[in-house]
Amino acid sequence: MISKNTWVQIHRIALKPEDRSVSLPSDTKNVPLEVWVKGFLVNDCEMGDEAEIITRTGRHEKGTLICVNPTYSHSFGDYVPELAVIGDTLREILFGGDKK
Amino acid sequence: MNLYDSVMARKNAIMKSSIGIDYDCFESGGIAFDYEGMMNHCGYSIEDVVRIQAETAVGNTPIIELKNFTALARKFAPKGKGARIFIKDEASNPSGSFKARRAALSVYHAKKMGYKGVISATSGNYGSAVASQAAMQGLKCIIVQECFDSRGLGQPEIVEKARKCEAFGAEVVQLSVGPELFFVFLQLLEETGYFNASLYSPFGISGVETLGVEIADMMRAKYGKDPDVVVCSNAGGGNLTGTARGLIKRGCNAQVVAASVNLNGLHMASDKQFNLKSFTTGHTGFGMPYATYPDRSDVPRSAARPLRYMDRYVTVNQGEVFYITQALAELEGMEKGPAGNTSLAAAFSLAQEMDEEQIIIAQETEYTGAGKHIQPQISFARNNGIEVRFGNPREEVPGKSIIFPSHPSLIKARNADLMHMRASLIKNAIKAHQGSIITERDIEFLAKETKMDKTFVMAEIEKNGLSIGDKI
Repeated sequence: MISKNTWVQIHRIALKPEDRSVSLPSDTKNVPLEVWVKGFLVNDCEMGDEAEIITRTGRHEKGTLICVNPTYSHSFGDYVPELAVIGDTLREILFGGDKK
Repeated sequence: MNLYDSVMARKNAIMKSSIGIDYDCFESGGIAFDYEGMMNHCGYSIEDVVRIQAETAVGNTPIIELKNFTALARKFAPKGKGARIFIKDEASNPSGSFKARRAALSVYHAKKMGYKGVISATSGNYGSAVASQAAMQGLKCIIVQECFDSRGLGQPEIVEKARKCEAFGAEVVQLSVGPELFFVFLQLLEETGYFNASLYSPFGISGVETLGVEIADMMRAKYGKDPDVVVCSNAGGGNLTGTARGLIKRGCNAQVVAASVNLNGLHMASDKQFNLKSFTTGHTGFGMPYATYPDRSDVPRSAARPLRYMDRYVTVNQGEVFYITQALAELEGMEKGPAGNTSLAAAFSLAQEMDEEQIIIAQETEYTGAGKHIQPQISFARNNGIEVRFGNPREEVPGKSIIFPSHPSLIKARNADLMHMRASLIKNAIKAHQGSIITERDIEFLAKETKMDKTFVMAEIEKNGLSIGDKI
């Protein structure tokens, strides 16, 4: 069980595909408009349940509980070896040997 | 009427109460409206804006000469060519980009008018700028951002913006792909009664005017002359509009060039293509439509009207901007975010057309870090099946490849067809005002909108089968 006042993330559907704007490319029109919001749980709850939260601005939102203590996992990505090659090329052109 | 339609039907009323401007009083009943009247109505002089921004340490950012960039550009330029290249280091604003200027005035005004909070619909640096200002000025803040595709995969740059907004204490409402973000945004405005800190309000544009003013003042003070060319990264048009208006306020006649990343062929509302682009702003997907139809924005009349001020519009490719970002790190010892370097990539190319004694300024930089660094952007692209390699940047196909120039001499800003864009603006203005009568005032307005004369406008109006006195 996840206790009330825990910081969580919820998910809800804002618009079903049939309610979406008419002027959309088909790949977007065929999927729902989804919303993710974070806040403190109002009541004890289980993962996957319909949950109510209070957001940082004090708003109440309802949706499916999908994450407890949601954090950030974005990073500096995989190493891109081309970047070092770019650097070497530029240094060679600007500062290197006889080409100076 | 379904929920979507009923909320959209209340759009004008919601806008009026959430921004405190009655846009109707600037309308003529047709194509024309009183643009300068709207700008003056916001009631802040340039001196007021400077003072308000200074209170939260916004603005007065350094101008830095990139001597190694200039030396490199001169190696590929004809003899006597290769202008001195400068950047305005806007990353040193509190929130890490020039957007702090726009947010400072909006949030100040919101507080003065008694709003308890501010809301902005943005996936970009503006969100963190509004959140930063709201933190400093003690208001609540909600940022609504388009963030994930239908697989739940977030663009690293946008995920980072969410983190930064939350670091400043804002609530971030994240959405999947689609223009109905506006619908959720309207619902939130209605629910909370907060101020709409739109990028496109007069406050959002007046706030950028100080950037143009500083460029003129600082260059005159330090180098005794005006810059010859100012390059502005262009998306919604506010950056260019505000900067150019600031330059004009100081009597600076520098050529104003727009620069966007070329994302030709990618649909901005496509769920599948959402994560195939490596730039979430500063690209043609916003730059072209907003320039040719500014009133597509989230306010009834946008204060960002870039074709009024643009002398030239160039595009650069994703691979070229990534290359220049790495060059800035390796040759000038400065790490900045890629999107803000769009104007610098263009400036590096344009400098080679200019005389050595001339000056070109790329007028912004932005912060970098996890998600916003070039490495996560490039590796994200690679993981999404985008081909990444060295070659000729002209071979790059947005959504399919990122081509780093195999040699820096291959970096070339390409001219967009400004005349075609001006014609499109007129066509779009006609289309948006069905039922109205074309007047002399409309012709004068469109001449200003396109930075052209009335003869040009009349010719374009006639191409659309109309003339003065006709009902559209």
